[in-house]
Amino acid sequence: MFTNFPFFPEQASAQAAQVDGLYFFMVAVTAFFSLLIATVLVITAIYHRRRHEDEVGVQIHGSLALELLWTVIPFFITMVMFTWGAKVFFDQYRPPAGAMEITIVGKQWMWKAQHFDGMREINELHVPVGRPVKLMMGSEDVLHSFYIPAFRVKADVIPGRYNVLWFTATKPGKYHLFCAEYCGTKHSGMIGWIYAMDPTEFQTWLNGGPRSDSPAAAGEKLFNDLVCVSCHRDDAQARGPQLKGLFGHTVRLQGGATVTADESYIRESIVNPQAKIVDGFAPIMPTFQGMVTEEQVLQLIAYIRSLGALAPPPPASPAGAAPQVPGKD
Amino acid sequence: METVNYLNNGHGLKSWLLTKDHKRIALLYLVSITLFFVIGGFFAMLVRLELLTPAGDLLTAETYNKMFTMHGVVMVFFFLIPSIPAVLGNFLIPIMVGAKDLAFPRINLLSWYIYVVGGIFTLVAALSGGVDTGWTFYTPYSTAAANGHVITAALGVFITGFSSILTGLNFIVTVHRMRAPGLTWFRLPLFVWSHYATSLIMILGTPVIAITVLLVAAERGLHLGIFDPALGGDPVLFQHLFWFYSHPAVYIMILPAMGVISEIVQAFTRKNIFGYSFVAFSSLAIAIIGFLVWGHHIFVAGQSVYAGMVFSFLSFVVAIPSAIKVFNWTATIYKGSVSFDSPMLYAFGFIGLFTIGGLTGLFLAAMGLDIHVHDTYFVVAHFHYIMVGGAIMGYLGGLHYWWPKITGRLYPEGWAKFSALMIFSGFNLTFFPQFIAGYLGMPRRYHAYPPEFQVLNVASTLGASILAVGYVIPLVYFAYSMVAGEKSVNDPWGARGLEWEIPSPPPTENFTVSPVVTEGTHQYVHPSQEVGLA
Amino acid sequence: MPDAHHGEHFPGPIHQPPLVANLEAIQPHEFVHLPHHPKLQHHFDDMAQQIDASTLGMWVFLVTEIMFFGGLFAAYLVYRHASPEGFAEASHHLNVTWGAVNTIVLIVSSLTMALAVRSAQISAPPKTQVAWIAATMVLGAAFLGVKAIEYTDKFTHHLVPGPNFHWTGKHPQAAEIFYSLYFCMTGLHATHMVIGLGIMTVIGIMAWRRQFDADYYTPVEIAGLYWHFVDIVWIFLFPLLYLIGGHFTE
Repeated sequence: MFTNFPFFPEQASAQAAQVDGLYFFMVAVTAFFSLLIATVLVITAIYHRRRHEDEVGVQIHGSLALELLWTVIPFFITMVMFTWGAKVFFDQYRPPAGAMEITIVGKQWMWKAQHFDGMREINELHVPVGRPVKLMMGSEDVLHSFYIPAFRVKADVIPGRYNVLWFTATKPGKYHLFCAEYCGTKHSGMIGWIYAMDPTEFQTWLNGGPRSDSPAAAGEKLFNDLVCVSCHRDDAQARGPQLKGLFGHTVRLQGGATVTADESYIRESIVNPQAKIVDGFAPIMPTFQGMVTEEQVLQLIAYIRSLGALAPPPPASPAGAAPQVPGKD
Repeated sequence: METVNYLNNGHGLKSWLLTKDHKRIALLYLVSITLFFVIGGFFAMLVRLELLTPAGDLLTAETYNKMFTMHGVVMVFFFLIPSIPAVLGNFLIPIMVGAKDLAFPRINLLSWYIYVVGGIFTLVAALSGGVDTGWTFYTPYSTAAANGHVITAALGVFITGFSSILTGLNFIVTVHRMRAPGLTWFRLPLFVWSHYATSLIMILGTPVIAITVLLVAAERGLHLGIFDPALGGDPVLFQHLFWFYSHPAVYIMILPAMGVISEIVQAFTRKNIFGYSFVAFSSLAIAIIGFLVWGHHIFVAGQSVYAGMVFSFLSFVVAIPSAIKVFNWTATIYKGSVSFDSPMLYAFGFIGLFTIGGLTGLFLAAMGLDIHVHDTYFVVAHFHYIMVGGAIMGYLGGLHYWWPKITGRLYPEGWAKFSALMIFSGFNLTFFPQFIAGYLGMPRRYHAYPPEFQVLNVASTLGASILAVGYVIPLVYFAYSMVAGEKSVNDPWGARGLEWEIPSPPPTENFTVSPVVTEGTHQYVHPSQEVGLA
Repeated sequence: MPDAHHGEHFPGPIHQPPLVANLEAIQPHEFVHLPHHPKLQHHFDDMAQQIDASTLGMWVFLVTEIMFFGGLFAAYLVYRHASPEGFAEASHHLNVTWGAVNTIVLIVSSLTMALAVRSAQISAPPKTQVAWIAATMVLGAAFLGVKAIEYTDKFTHHLVPGPNFHWTGKHPQAAEIFYSLYFCMTGLHATHMVIGLGIMTVIGIMAWRRQFDADYYTPVEIAGLYWHFVDIVWIFLFPLLYLIGGHFTE
């Protein structure tokens, strides 16, 4: 029990030092004021201790100057803390462009990860040091939370939508991964390890080992198996919007609103297609909710991302045409 | 010949169970919340015993999850929220405003029965298998996946909420309409101000948790999909609705304790408080701003970063009025006539521990830092510093201070000092290591944990054992004092206040005629001039 | 157990000037029963204080009711904003005629309620008071009757959320959420109406027993406040549930 007895977590990411800096400042302020109050309290009380039974204190109403002083100073200190905390958060919440993408799916009670080239992991995540890594996270069932103490990062994993978490590991090593949102019986068993490796070692690891299809390839298979291609095609038979080059671009919806075609939009289009109808198309896409798992949705998204530049739009199909029973292409 | 007082005015169970006397109702509450405190403490004991070792070897995971859930539900809804208002507030507020009773005595009794019924529902849920959702009932686990008796427990919380609402309603009307002649708002004791502010929160916030848990029960029982993502519902909406009440709820737990501390500090320095109007208004400020900070529980769930910044900013602002109180209490000590009786020891403990607890709350309000410590033992330590180091010590201090008034008996002061010190040390040993464990990364609600956290957990469990003994001792000597304690005079402390002008224990009607008040009720006349600085 | 050291730890009272101007009077002595209105409760100083307190109490209670319904309105706002067309489509299946009838019924019932309060206030004969109260109750019961018709209709058309819910339109998810909120909000409202009828029964009996006149009619007044509140909640529910979608055409 006494052999491994840390008091303070390792700093293994670029943002860890930022978070710790704020932490130490707040510890200092807390210690200072707690000790100050405690000392003043005890010393003043002992100095003014009652000396005979009938003794009474001096009735002092108050002091506006003092009240203002001990309102303004704490306000100033708290505003420093607020600004600092907001800045650390703000720097942290948006992942940089070009970050290496990994998809995470949490389900009771395990973490499934898939790298961009197909490498899968369960309850473990290998990442390179020195490169931003972006995790796109979904849940199969209930709330979870992906937490790496050594990196000082955490984000809830919420069913029905995606959350993003990113970090840049700075120190090779093995670090705890915890689920930090209570999710049922084996919540404390939903843990694992993050392996941060030198970039060359990481590449070696990535190349070796059994792999399945890359998410994009798996997505392409699904796209054909589910016959999405019967409507989303680039000829005159197309009844759905073109998907080539769609990802990341602005989509014009019926009614004039626009939306960016990001992961959340594509996921919604698959599980709840009636929510947003693209301008110039009929609302005939069926929902695939219940027919695809969260993991499969992420694979379809990876496939759609991998499609190339936008092809010229086909001639518009007759609006309101009833969908035919999809046959083989 | 014994004088007639509220305790001996009418004998038999019916005279207690059908009483309209606010003082008897306060004692009914005292008995029931003490029972729930013991139950909640029992669950805590099992949690801490399990956490002695890293492996989950004492209880199954499911049982452990039920233990921490029931500990939270019982302690929050059935102990902390009612405690000071229902016991001390019920007893003292009519007396402190110079009235014969609260505005609505029968509604007061009804609120106790509602509390008991809600408690029975919750105990039934516990005994018939237990609930394992955490006291926060987060969806979709609570509506779709949890095992156990979520509906029963949710209904128990729903029912008990009305006890809180009716208490708050009663206090508000009493303070507005039943003050004695001459008792203007700015002559009221600070205990009354803090309970008034608490009552505002009770009436505005509690209905929201009521409808929220009702929706959870409806979703689970009737398959109405409000929070269910499979039906297009939003699980984070539950979090917003839940915390809209549950954050102000923590101010329901602490504001009455702050009122108690204001009274104790004045009585045991024999001085009126330094900065009365600042302390009075700070209670209102805490109540109001406290309604605007709930989003700080949802920073990592993906709400808009700009919304997060607003919540973070306001969470820092809400700390300022609390800081003002701490400074004013400390300033009151200066040139006071300080006595170190056990209520004052509890007050000192409160001021120190509440300062630490409040300042660690700022760690959580800082968004960038919250990412790391959210849902870890850091949060657990923070809120126990406020709720145990703060609220419970305030409650015990108040019980000791007003015990002679309530029962007409004295308690053994030596034992009281001893247990106060034992509680203080046991408490710190229990919860300070949890700050360290939390920053290290130990998540909360963990049945088993990695071995490097063991030393901290062992220290924490050792502290909890000491704390438990510290709590048992007053149970024993208070019970003893009720039957065999030395009898008390009207004013055993030499304190000022309307409650000390009437006998201990008071007659049923408190005052035969309304007292006519001529000045603030906490002025002590000192040989020197009254001094007003600045 | 060590003894309590009375002198050391419990100092006892000290010499201070009296806190109140009538110190002698507040000490317990023989209670003298002064004449007062038979309905005065003894913890109040006089009827004016009792009436004041009771009315304020009902207003505070109504504030809590606003917050109680408020949670549902908040959920409604969130989901309608997320899916405006879905809500509009779902709302079309509600029968606007029945909704409008119920709105008129409740507004008229508020009128009869106000007249009931007025009749007590001017010491009208008990028969008149009871008549207005009964009229209010009849209208309230009519409201509940219409709701029963509507709920039955929903049941037969598979619009009750849960395993039997079946939606043929374009926004099934939004429709199910709409109907969940519809049943919760109108159900909670109807529960309040039932409680209101219970309150009115008690008030009616008290009026029949000649208990209300110009000197004492507080129970009628606060029952009236409750009734008006329940009416106002419906005034919000009706457009939010029945009248959306005027702008949306599919």
